[in-house]
Amino acid sequence: MARIGVFICHCGENIGGTVDCAKVAQSCSQLPGVVHSVDYKYMCSDPGQNMIKEAIKEKKLTGVVVAACSPRMHEPTFRRATAEAGLNPFLCEMANLREHCSWVHPKEEATTQKAIDIVRTLVEKLKRNEAIFPIKVPVTKTALVIGGGVAGIQAALDIANGGHKVIMIEREPSIGGHMAQLSETFPTLDCSQCILTPRMVEVAQHSNITLYTYAELEGLEGFIGNFKVKIRKKAKSIDEKLCTGCGLCTTKCPQKKIPSEFEQGLGSRPAIYVPFPQAVPNKPVIDRKNCTYFTQGKCKVCEKICPTKAIRYEQTDEIIEVEIGAIVLATGFDIKRTDFFPEYGYNKYKDVIDGLQFERLASASGPTLGAIKRPSDGTTPKTVVFVACAGSRDPAKGIEYCSKICCMYTAKHAMLYKHKVHEGTPYVFYMDIRAGGKMYEEFVRRAIEEDGVKYVRGRVSRIYERNGKYIVVGADTLLGAKPLEIEADMVVLATAGIANDGAEELAQKVHVSYDPYHFFAEAHPKLRPVETNTAGIFLAGACQAPKDIPDTVAQASGAASKVQNLFSNDELTREPLIAFVNRMLPPYYSTCVGCFLCQTVCPYNAIEKEEIKTRDGKLIKTIAKINPGLCQGCGTCVALCRSKSIDIYGYTNKQVYAEVAALLSD
Amino acid sequence: MPNFEPKIVAFVCNWCTYAGADLTGTSRIKYASNIRIIRFPCTGRIDFMLLLQSFALGADGIIVSGCHPNDCHYTSGNFHARRRWMVFRSLLDFMGVDINRIVFSWVSAAEGAKWAQVVNNTVEQVKKLGPYENYKKLGQSFF
Repeated sequence: MARIGVFICHCGENIGGTVDCAKVAQSCSQLPGVVHSVDYKYMCSDPGQNMIKEAIKEKKLTGVVVAACSPRMHEPTFRRATAEAGLNPFLCEMANLREHCSWVHPKEEATTQKAIDIVRTLVEKLKRNEAIFPIKVPVTKTALVIGGGVAGIQAALDIANGGHKVIMIEREPSIGGHMAQLSETFPTLDCSQCILTPRMVEVAQHSNITLYTYAELEGLEGFIGNFKVKIRKKAKSIDEKLCTGCGLCTTKCPQKKIPSEFEQGLGSRPAIYVPFPQAVPNKPVIDRKNCTYFTQGKCKVCEKICPTKAIRYEQTDEIIEVEIGAIVLATGFDIKRTDFFPEYGYNKYKDVIDGLQFERLASASGPTLGAIKRPSDGTTPKTVVFVACAGSRDPAKGIEYCSKICCMYTAKHAMLYKHKVHEGTPYVFYMDIRAGGKMYEEFVRRAIEEDGVKYVRGRVSRIYERNGKYIVVGADTLLGAKPLEIEADMVVLATAGIANDGAEELAQKVHVSYDPYHFFAEAHPKLRPVETNTAGIFLAGACQAPKDIPDTVAQASGAASKVQNLFSNDELTREPLIAFVNRMLPPYYSTCVGCFLCQTVCPYNAIEKEEIKTRDGKLIKTIAKINPGLCQGCGTCVALCRSKSIDIYGYTNKQVYAEVAALLSD
Repeated sequence: MPNFEPKIVAFVCNWCTYAGADLTGTSRIKYASNIRIIRFPCTGRIDFMLLLQSFALGADGIIVSGCHPNDCHYTSGNFHARRRWMVFRSLLDFMGVDINRIVFSWVSAAEGAKWAQVVNNTVEQVKKLGPYENYKKLGQSFF
């Protein structure tokens, strides 16, 4: 006989303010099988959990229903408490009275009735729960880091220094990411490359790290601890073993006018190129779209000139297969380009640039060697207008979020400009200054008070050209919305930070969720910020949301620590909520007839054939068998099985039909 | 039937719609309390016999909701659910089951507001159709 305990949580006022918890407890005590039913202010607190543990022991409970918040929030908490009291943790179910009831309905009789219905449904389900035990699987102690920006570098180095193997893939020819493009970093104004490039070199030289640049993820199979990945190494058209990185080919290539991606189009590069002088690895690749040989069939200058004969035109993409145990996604972000802003002179004005372009202008290794010059004519701008929130926090543009880094880098840009052009006047148009962070507010103050950056609170409505000047039309809302026109020589738009190109596609390949803006979704916004909903896949950096370098590095170390946490065990424990094929005594053995339709729908190839034989080896029948290491518990095979021979722990047919019946039984 | 409050059963997947409904709660968006949610690992797990049983036991409307195409936590469960629904739908229609009482939708973990809208729309739609007595009477004989 079932002896079930029901525990109703008030969650302070969250449930108790809307649902009459005492009435729910009273009503549930009448349910068949329920021997104990109480309500309490905070079930998840220590005293609350102790109530459950004591009741399990004293009342000899066979199952527990905790009616509180979403099971996605506290199911592990209460299952642990149940286990501590000596009951199998899977004999604890949660009824969601908060997210699905008290928070979404008004305080009235119907809401309390719904709460009672929810609990009754779970009680009926629980009566059919079985004790199940975790599955142990081995762990492959190699991590894959996708993306070679500062996030990926930090994560890879942390994991590698912890003594585990790391494979890093980067789709560009060099690692470094956006941070390598930056001139100086806020709030310290230290040179970005000076702090990043030593770490890039460390990655390349680390004995535990295998680096594949110009490579992308092709496919992913498996599950936590046991992933199989396919990596596409795009053809670099050079033999990396022979190439010494002398760079002779890059100087002789006849194609010289290709806009450089690294310089944000402000500089040019040849078709055989190294993205930037400090690139890691410092070996060129041939951009086949722009190479004369690949487009017109003749040239081969690089082949003739290469002293080590390392050019390979016939090279093809290579697919490598590796086994890994965990993945860190560190694919970073991108920014909206100026073409997103027709009102600011899209495609017309060369001197209306974005933040990354300004970084390249201000960088000592940039196209102007650090001199601030107008891209149109190379003159030094006397007045520069910086426009913050270009696209961000703008529902009309479809980007409602704050890009977080722009307030700070705009202050930095204005400061750098003033440091390089002493007589110049920088203006900043802003909505709010969001300078939350250590030394951030002080940095902005410094820009305003010491460097004399003119901050104007208001938005820019449009930019047009008049007599060689760009007229920035805005309003100063602190001076009574007074219309304002500034004659600028150059305009820098702090355009919104967005998810990187291909983020959605990658998310689908590795089965992680993403938000409407295609940033990868963390498992919990507060408590699990570096994990994804897919076990074994972690997030680092701006691929999750726009963030600055300190936050990125912190999250990357967090992800690395999660990976090492996983790798610290030789076996890992998995939730046993997986499918199984029924078995029974001879002469039936199983109701499975061996049609193997289930094999065709299983996304994990988890269904195998099992031959049932007599003692002398004669085949009796072939039935399906679920491989518990591969099954992820989606249950597609359960719904498909014609003879109802497959079932799934946690959601068995008995359980779900009982739930439906209980729910509609009032 | 002026005061008819329909009973709606929702079969949802754990990863998208259940989480989406959680978000509706976290965002404090209000919706009709006629709905009762049953959690499944995936829409691919949802056996359509459950829908028939729900009607037989007195449900007036049903929502089946999961992850958007390509977003399935298990890669393809939602595609199997969709395909099953496409076939099942015409069979139900042929048998005389009122398919306007079944709503099939995609609600992601980020679409809290959409979940409230799906529920409210379904409740409105089923209120107009009235209680589903026909199937209940029929169903009592075999469930």
